[in-house]
Amino acid sequence: MDNRLIVSSSPHIRADESVNRIMRDVVIALLPATLAGVYFFRIGAVKIILAAVIAAVVTEALIQKICKKPVTINDWSAVVTGLLLAFNIPASAPWWIPVIGSVFAIAIVKQVFGGLGHNFMNPALAARAMLLASWPVQMTAWVKPGADAVSTATPLAILGGEAAGEQLPSLADLIIGNIGGCIGETSAILLIIGGIYLVYRGVITPRVPIIYIATVAVLTFILGGFSIQFMIYQVFAGGLMIGAIYMATDYASSPVTPKGQVIFALGCGILTSIIRLYGGYPEGVSYSILLMNVAVPLIDKYTSPRVFGEVK
Amino acid sequence: MNLLSFRGGVHPPHYKEATERFKVEKAKEPDRVAIPLQQHIGAPCEPLVKVGDKVKIGQKIGEAKAFVSTPVHSSVSGEVKQIARMLTPTGEVECIVIEADGLNEVHESVKPKGDIENLSGKQILDIIKEAGIVGMGGATFPTHVKLSPPPEKKIDTIILNGAECEPYLTADHRLMLEDPESIVYGLRAMMKVVNVSKAYIGIEDNKPDAIESMKNASKGYKEIKVVGLKTKYPQGAEKQLIYACTKREVPSGGLPMDAGVIVNNVATASAVAKAIKTGMPLIERICTITGKGIKEPKNLLIKVGTYIKEIVEQCGGYNGNPGKIILGGPMMGLSQHTDEIPSTKGTSGILVFTPEEARLPEPKACIRCGKCVDICPAFLQPLYISAYSLRNMYETAEKYHALDCIECGSCSFICPSKRPLLQSIRVAKREIIAKKRKTK
Ligand code: SF4
Ligand code: SF4
Repeated sequence: MDNRLIVSSSPHIRADESVNRIMRDVVIALLPATLAGVYFFRIGAVKIILAAVIAAVVTEALIQKICKKPVTINDWSAVVTGLLLAFNIPASAPWWIPVIGSVFAIAIVKQVFGGLGHNFMNPALAARAMLLASWPVQMTAWVKPGADAVSTATPLAILGGEAAGEQLPSLADLIIGNIGGCIGETSAILLIIGGIYLVYRGVITPRVPIIYIATVAVLTFILGGFSIQFMIYQVFAGGLMIGAIYMATDYASSPVTPKGQVIFALGCGILTSIIRLYGGYPEGVSYSILLMNVAVPLIDKYTSPRVFGEVK
Repeated sequence: MNLLSFRGGVHPPHYKEATERFKVEKAKEPDRVAIPLQQHIGAPCEPLVKVGDKVKIGQKIGEAKAFVSTPVHSSVSGEVKQIARMLTPTGEVECIVIEADGLNEVHESVKPKGDIENLSGKQILDIIKEAGIVGMGGATFPTHVKLSPPPEKKIDTIILNGAECEPYLTADHRLMLEDPESIVYGLRAMMKVVNVSKAYIGIEDNKPDAIESMKNASKGYKEIKVVGLKTKYPQGAEKQLIYACTKREVPSGGLPMDAGVIVNNVATASAVAKAIKTGMPLIERICTITGKGIKEPKNLLIKVGTYIKEIVEQCGGYNGNPGKIILGGPMMGLSQHTDEIPSTKGTSGILVFTPEEARLPEPKACIRCGKCVDICPAFLQPLYISAYSLRNMYETAEKYHALDCIECGSCSFICPSKRPLLQSIRVAKREIIAKKRKTK
């Protein structure tokens, strides 16, 4: 029997936490918002979501095959990237937009830097920025919810003055997501429910989302002339919810120290508010997170926690 | 109850149900014991007997001149058959093999030493040293050394560790239920040695009956406070326990005495009581034999030197093929190559896994989830220390405070990518310490 005994370093038991479980939980958390996206934008949304997810998974498998690395598509992380990317694309976009985005996200942003955990930027966000720069028309062709794809402006564009004159949607519509915008950006309430699920499952801490959203709320309230209505629209419209809950909490591209996460979230909030209010572009979430992503190694370095028993 | 705790830590499943209700049974008398001459931290002992000598229970058979060391005693009466290097739980060590004659004769030196009231602190300290008492929670540090802090360190508190935060183990739990008086007696003796008037007994709140039992036993002594601790691993780690009870932090790189505290295990206190009251040195201990790989899990009182294999046989033997044999708990215990090794003063548990349970998970890439940082009770960043260690960048690992790691294993436990974090951190620690020695 002796040679069959396994000898290894302690600890001898492991938590049943796993990468697969975490990623699967993210997919589950995104499900309500996905269904809402499909409900509001019908077949257009289905097309975009399927194209993005399939392209992401296939790209990951192909690259790993070619590089002779173990294929890890069953860890669900490619599905998450595809889904998040789809959420950031308007339902009216042609099918090849999400495909190009997913290939870019997985091949360039994720795999070139060494795969899961090594990407210093959020792949879905980086892909969105790339798509927006390359195909600005398709990426901002917002449509009204419904089957007939009537074009419209997003609430933020209306607020920001780019689409002045259009009617602002009602607050209720804003929160359920019955508004113009990207597929998954719209239903704030469902995104929040998914976020609560992730906190409950221990996948994310509420630290980053809460601080990020709170910073935007406070700054837009102060800088927006102390208008509660303006602040509420800033918080619930656009990509803030999805960005704060699902993108800024991306493990690989956010700090690992609690203090670092606070700084990161504050930075995201400040940048988002400034870009939205003073930048030439109504939405600032993607760029803010990407900018902060780049600063993460620095933040991590300077926020090393005080070691137990250490006097600082 | 107001539960005390520390920051960080994990919640492994307890797995204590298998044995927590079983009274401690006396193990069968062994026919043969192998008593390691080094079963504690410090210098190994020199044998005091030779092959062919007759020995009795409690007779001192090994001793070292060094201060940081402690004698070993025979746990049986019989004849010395062999003195040789043999495999023990901590590697190859010189052992004295004694064949028992079944007479169970007790050595003349074993007689009551008096009472706490009549003994001076110095006398009690000598009794503890002579009785070969070591920390029985697993670290096996000689107790008399712990109780002899240098004069410039002001000690004002003793803490007894009854947390038993390792999953599976129930030996301390049973002791607290079955013989709480001996723990209190031993604690009072230790308090006299270091002349302190404040003591805590810390117990995790998943053992309410033990808390109750210790409270009753210490009723007459106002200076002893039994405190409930939050059930969380590693609640029983010295520095974390001190923080939970006194809110003091042991300085980085320091020892508990730097915070004015001495920590001992409840089983150690009980052994002290026994040494004073009956004169019997530390020759047996309670051990939990458990795990899915054991047919009938038990808490047994085993004699030091009994072979693990024999102890397992008394618990119905293995359940199928054993996959892994661990001495101690699943978080910090040592896995063994064989069961043909003797038990020691530190054998608090024999845990046997089935081959399925023993299978090692495939490590994946770190996803930077930050969970290891969140839970590290020493507030380290295990992912970085481990990464630098794997790249042989030990100096950078040291900058990340690798030496402050208490090797609790919480980081490896929680990591969703199943990375062997602690394993690589241990390598870094070893390299850093080796280098420090060289440059000294
Ligand atoms: S717990 Fe594991 S995966 Fe998460 S940051 Fe630490 S090492 Fe990386
Ligand atoms: S780094 Fe050391 S102290 Fe921190 S969790 Fe890991 S083993 Fe425990």
